[in-house]
Amino acid sequence: SPLRPPAGLVRNLESKMNWGSFYAVISGVNRHSTGIGRIWLSVIFIFRILVLVVAAESVWGDEKSGFTCNTQQPGCNSVCYDQFFPISHIRLWALQLILVSTPALLVAMHVAHRRHVDKKALKRSGRGSPKELEHIKNQKFQITGALWWTYMISIVFRIIFELAFLYIFYLIYPTFKMVRLVKCDSYPCPNTVDCFVSRPTEKTIFTVFMLAVSGVCVLLNLAEVVYLIGRACKRCMSRPEDESKAAWITQKLSSYRQNEINQLIADHSLKSKLTVTKKSPTEKGERCSAF
Amino acid sequence: MSWPALYAQLVGANRHSTSLGKIWLSVLFIFRVMVLVVAAESVWGDEQSDFTCNTLQPGCENVCYDQFFPVSHIRLWSLQLVFVSTPTLLVSMYVAYRNHCDRRRLLQGQEEELETLKTRRLPIVGALWWTYFCSLVFKMLFEGSFMYVLYVVYDGFEMPRLVQCDQWPCPNLVDCFISRPTEKTIFTVFMATASSICMVLNLAELAYLVAKALNR
Repeated sequence: SPLRPPAGLVRNLESKMNWGSFYAVISGVNRHSTGIGRIWLSVIFIFRILVLVVAAESVWGDEKSGFTCNTQQPGCNSVCYDQFFPISHIRLWALQLILVSTPALLVAMHVAHRRHVDKKALKRSGRGSPKELEHIKNQKFQITGALWWTYMISIVFRIIFELAFLYIFYLIYPTFKMVRLVKCDSYPCPNTVDCFVSRPTEKTIFTVFMLAVSGVCVLLNLAEVVYLIGRACKRCMSRPEDESKAAWITQKLSSYRQNEINQLIADHSLKSKLTVTKKSPTEKGERCSAF
Repeated sequence: MSWPALYAQLVGANRHSTSLGKIWLSVLFIFRVMVLVVAAESVWGDEQSDFTCNTLQPGCENVCYDQFFPVSHIRLWSLQLVFVSTPTLLVSMYVAYRNHCDRRRLLQGQEEELETLKTRRLPIVGALWWTYFCSLVFKMLFEGSFMYVLYVVYDGFEMPRLVQCDQWPCPNLVDCFISRPTEKTIFTVFMATASSICMVLNLAELAYLVAKALNR
């Protein structure tokens, strides 16, 4: 019917909408990232997701319909296409983007958990005014202590996923160059037939581009790891020299149990008998909490 | 299929979930809905137009396609995602009902209390616990049954390259070739894995709820 948009256009719009909402979810983590983390997110969005949706998908759009073999034997086209392209570049890149962006959600979950714990502690100590709760909701956490570890783990996973997908790409398509012609003799092709790939040069250009941006993202992640370790070491160096490691460990353990002790004491109403000091977040940051 | 609209509904219901429930929702949307829309739908896009049989007999391709693909994978997965998301709405309906009852009791102009009513987070005890428990059980049932249906209809998770068909009007046993079988197998295995992860998360949440109740 002339009034209905073509199926390809609808699918393209839906795909754009879904990448858009995916980006909205991922960029929520941006508040708690370092500067390099924000650059990485922009690179992911502009040079990979946007390029994938706007350009690469139309280049690979006719990959199957434009794949022609020099034979009239029905089924030979399908079989030869399946043999040389077990999974399309576009799908590999889409999966890579999804998996590479997900570790950022680990950080978001950790922050949400911290907020939840702080809110509960605040409520139990009786200072649960709406203003204080709002403050907790909008509080920006320093990347120290357990959050530092979560952030490091998320970056390490990002690097692992990127490299894994680059390796899988290398296994399936050993060269980045897309050939013009492949020779195929699987059943039911009657003999060794020539099969022609559609738009090989354009595909090569986009493959090289996406691989290069992948490499840049890996470098950015490595730089972020180095930056985080450097910052943690700097914090370690600036702490007072007379603080012995044993005393520091005891202090750290006690600070972890601080919230639980507070709650137990509140439950058993021993508040009047003991004075418990709750360490403020800034105080925590001054200690060398990177290990 | 308006997946963002479904997401908006579920995120609203998410406030009353446990942490495992929130993780389940993220896994559902990122690894299943996103992958379905962004990747899988383009792989299955030409499933019928590129289904070729080695015959010129008109109608043979249609009949053979219909015999080997009673329901497409994409439709099965979309249905599965819709069914699996719906029990969460049970929970939000119950919470809305509770809020409605409480609001009727506080009808005497206590404005501040009405506001806190709207934004409060109910503890998962009593009837809410049972509602939540039932919703989890239904989620697991739906996941399991859809995976089983897929397995039975397609004889496993692998897509063959070639099927042989001799339905009328095909003149004899003809070879029919499926388009992109390897890519389809990869995505079927991926979606089945994501489904199993979601089932494991539901099981863990069930165990957590039961443990919390026994603790009390």
